Amino acid sequence: MTLAEVPVILMLIGIAAYVVLAGADFGAPFWSLTARGERGKEIRTATHQAMAPVWEANHVWLIFVLVVCWTVYPEVFASIFSTLWIPLLLACLGIIMRAVGYMVSGVEDRPWVWVLATVSSFVTPFALGTVVGATVAGEVPAGNAAGDLFTSWLNPTSIMIGILAITLCAYLAAVYLAGDARRTGRQGLSEAFRTRGLVAGAVTGLVGVVGIAVLNEDAGRVYDGLTSGAGLVAVLISAAAGLLTMASLAARRFNIARFSAAAAVAAVIAGWGLAQEPEMLPGLTIESAAASDNVIIGLLVSVAIGLLILIPSLLLLYGLVLGGRFDPGGESTGAGEKTPAFGLKPPRVAIVVLTLIVAAVGWTLTFVSDSGPGLYLGVAMVLITLFGGGVMLAFSLISTDQ
Amino acid sequence: MLELLAAASSSFPPVDQDYLLEARQMQALSFAVHIPLVCFGVAFPALVIFMEWLGLRTGKAHYTAIARRWSKVMITLFAAGVVSGTLLSFELGLLWPGFMASFGDVFGLAFGLEGFSFFIEAIFITIYVYGWDRMSPKRHLLSGIPAMAAGITGSLLVISVNAWMNSPSGFDVNAAGEVVNVRPWEALFGNGHLWPQMTHMYLAAYIVVGFGIAGVYAVGWLRGRRGTYFRTAMVVPLALACLAAPTQILIGDWSARAVAEDQPIKLATFEGLYKTTEGAPETIFGWYTEDNTIEYGIEIPKMLSMLAYHDPNATVQGLETVPEDDWPAINVVRIAFQTMVGIGTGLAALAAWFLFVWFRRKRLPRSKWFFRAVILAGPAAVVALIAGWVTTEVGRQPWVVYQVMRTEEAVTGADGIVFGYGVLAAVYVALIIATWWVLRRVARAPFPPEIAALERTPDDGPPSGDEREAEE
Ligand code: HDD
Ligand code: HEM
Ligand code: HEM
Repeated sequence: MTLAEVPVILMLIGIAAYVVLAGADFGAPFWSLTARGERGKEIRTATHQAMAPVWEANHVWLIFVLVVCWTVYPEVFASIFSTLWIPLLLACLGIIMRAVGYMVSGVEDRPWVWVLATVSSFVTPFALGTVVGATVAGEVPAGNAAGDLFTSWLNPTSIMIGILAITLCAYLAAVYLAGDARRTGRQGLSEAFRTRGLVAGAVTGLVGVVGIAVLNEDAGRVYDGLTSGAGLVAVLISAAAGLLTMASLAARRFNIARFSAAAAVAAVIAGWGLAQEPEMLPGLTIESAAASDNVIIGLLVSVAIGLLILIPSLLLLYGLVLGGRFDPGGESTGAGEKTPAFGLKPPRVAIVVLTLIVAAVGWTLTFVSDSGPGLYLGVAMVLITLFGGGVMLAFSLISTDQ
Repeated sequence: MLELLAAASSSFPPVDQDYLLEARQMQALSFAVHIPLVCFGVAFPALVIFMEWLGLRTGKAHYTAIARRWSKVMITLFAAGVVSGTLLSFELGLLWPGFMASFGDVFGLAFGLEGFSFFIEAIFITIYVYGWDRMSPKRHLLSGIPAMAAGITGSLLVISVNAWMNSPSGFDVNAAGEVVNVRPWEALFGNGHLWPQMTHMYLAAYIVVGFGIAGVYAVGWLRGRRGTYFRTAMVVPLALACLAAPTQILIGDWSARAVAEDQPIKLATFEGLYKTTEGAPETIFGWYTEDNTIEYGIEIPKMLSMLAYHDPNATVQGLETVPEDDWPAINVVRIAFQTMVGIGTGLAALAAWFLFVWFRRKRLPRSKWFFRAVILAGPAAVVALIAGWVTTEVGRQPWVVYQVMRTEEAVTGADGIVFGYGVLAAVYVALIIATWWVLRRVARAPFPPEIAALERTPDDGPPSGDEREAEE
């Protein structure tokens, strides 16, 4: 493995995370199609409650993938985006619809919102699936809008992967929601999602098998990669994990199902990477598309630092959500805890005077220095007094009528 | 390595794009939606946390009630910011692939770090908003702090990209016109333009949010909602905005000096200065005409040299020094710049009124006109914000990377930009309506009983003599 390939691995991890996490959130509204009346309402509420706290964080994975791509493989990014602008714009529209759905359902259950959300559960996975398909089928030549506006993403492979993405999202959502409904003690709902999960799983498996056949016709290079060597191993792991998921669903072991479903997705994405390598776009290899080493190292350093902060934060969030702490009507901790009360007093004169002096010095320094430490010291003084002064002013304003 | 780069950029020659202007407008439209929204991501967490902290320290319910309600507004605006930002990252590729293909690696690092910032902000805003009553009050308060910090780093990193576009560094261009020897850390933090831009934007966010929120309560104030809850909710953001507004003039002056140093032609455009002049005058208002003069302007002798270099006799470079092809749209930039400065001065004057009355009389101004002005100040600050970005971005034209790459070399070669533009405009309208509707809902939600009881006895009494006086 060379340095140039490391960021591809990061991108694949990002894609897998996005598919598993955001996929569940796109697939969820799909199920509001399958029930009416009370059950429909129950499904909508459960979906909203399960997903609303995490959707924003889930979406950042997409941004992460884009950013790694344009930093390390700028030409690949530019070629894909200029040729495939229609599906990419569609995907964006779907993301917006979904977000509006979360915003509105946060204050009120409105049926029209679910129409939008359901449309997005078809549009976004399909559109992003066709983009993957276009890359798999080698339909995106390097260059500024060099590929065909329509056939680049409306070819058999693209359509196939688009459909696979829709069913996969619906499946992931059902698996996740079945577990979530049981955790919150809604047995009937959990059963409903379990049935839906089993059906969706079977359909997804079937689409996957058909998909391999389509690849054979349409995307020979990737087909060969997936049916031999390491690619084949990945496909087999994915199939095994898929079967395990179905078995755990059937046995109502939802926690196992959740993780094995994620493993199945991750394995197939790894397989794609292995099969597609070494070319990212026709004639453009990973090596030749990659930015120079110091760019890659810079990115890896920042990703490493970022992960140090991100991983504990994500664990905290998912821990709180899966631990049921954000469930509506959950127990409240410490709400009655007494805190020492104090009256607000206007700040002391000495502190006000000191602040004014620092501010005056800061303003003068900022105004007279053209550059260098004097200027930066001045700006720092201005900002500190600004916020300190703001707090003091607020204190004295609200304390006058206490 | 060099040959590889040659191969890489040779597939992105400039293309014919009949709709460059539409592409630019689409970009502008998206920023005009995103940037006001993210001001709330930058400045709002600090205000909400401050309120919660007051509530914890004093044990008084209305502070906590304000923090709770604001946190709902915060997460709604955050969601709108997330989608408009996602669209923006798509647009970089959809509209400007030439720019991304040549320079993605130079400034990409900033967005890489930015991505983590977004993660942190999304995670902790969620924990904060869903965490009310679910964690100990102290932990809850602490969970807001990373969100606040991420708002700052997020804007810092994205501004570093913009500052780099204004004053590019961290790479070399070889004889064949390729970008080589990329030094990403230098590109990110190695340019002096970043700090004034960052500080100016950061204050702008506080001004927009401070006046925006205060304005909402000022409407209620004029309708007689003046209880403790409403008064507190108005006065705290107002206090911050009224300190930030005068400071913004100082920092704006710093920005202008940075422009004078790095982008003399942009400065000449602000002022419509054709000839290189010693002791250049400042011209207010007016219209730049074909024969390179300003009609109907008011001239203040030597003022421009004074402002840009703090020296009344300094020489200011004029537009004549570069070919007309390299000029931005002069009147657009001038009008935008003067709008920003005009509004900025107005806001500072409003702040001075407020501070003066406060220090002399220890109370809020009583004139209705003060509160009317506060209501107006929120939207005016948004106008100034967008005008400022128009100044910066249009003023940089025709360059996307100043004096390195032209915008027409950056644009996509794809067909159908106009169609995409139409769709996007419609979507933005829908997004704004939906956000507005949700905010109205949040605002109408009933108060908790103890607050409602508090508000039934407004403590400000009937309008006093002072007020009638001021109205006359
Ligand atoms: C509430 C908003 C607001 C207010 C009141 C002002 N500005 Fe501003 N200005 C912005 C918001 C803004 C901004 C956030 O929109 C910009 C765009 C790019 C940037 O860094 O800040 C900006 C840019 C900007 C630039 C261009 C920087 C560049 O091209 O690199 C200059 C020279 C000024 N401003 C100067 C001023 C002055 C002298 C003001 C005094 C009255 C002022 N601004 C008030
Ligand atoms: C990273 C930070 C950036 C910020 C904050 C920013 C900000 C803005 C803003 C606010 C506008 C609106 C101007 C208007 O209303 O007319 C604008 C316009 C524009 N931006 Fe940027 N921009 C950024 C990056 C980019 C990038 C990456 C490009 C890519 C090429 C770009 C190219 C343009 C163009 C071409 C316009 C239209 C100018 C015109 O209409 O004449 N900007 N930008
Ligand atoms: C080319 C320019 C820009 C791009 C590509 C961009 C991209 C994004 C993206 C993708 C998000 C969503 C993050 C999430 O999912 O949580 C976002 C949010 C945000 N952006 Fe931008 N952005 C740009 C310009 C700006 C500018 C000029 C600012 C200036 C202050 C800014 C500040 C923020 C902040 C603070 C957030 C956090 C979300 C919020 O508070 O609403 N961005 N941006």
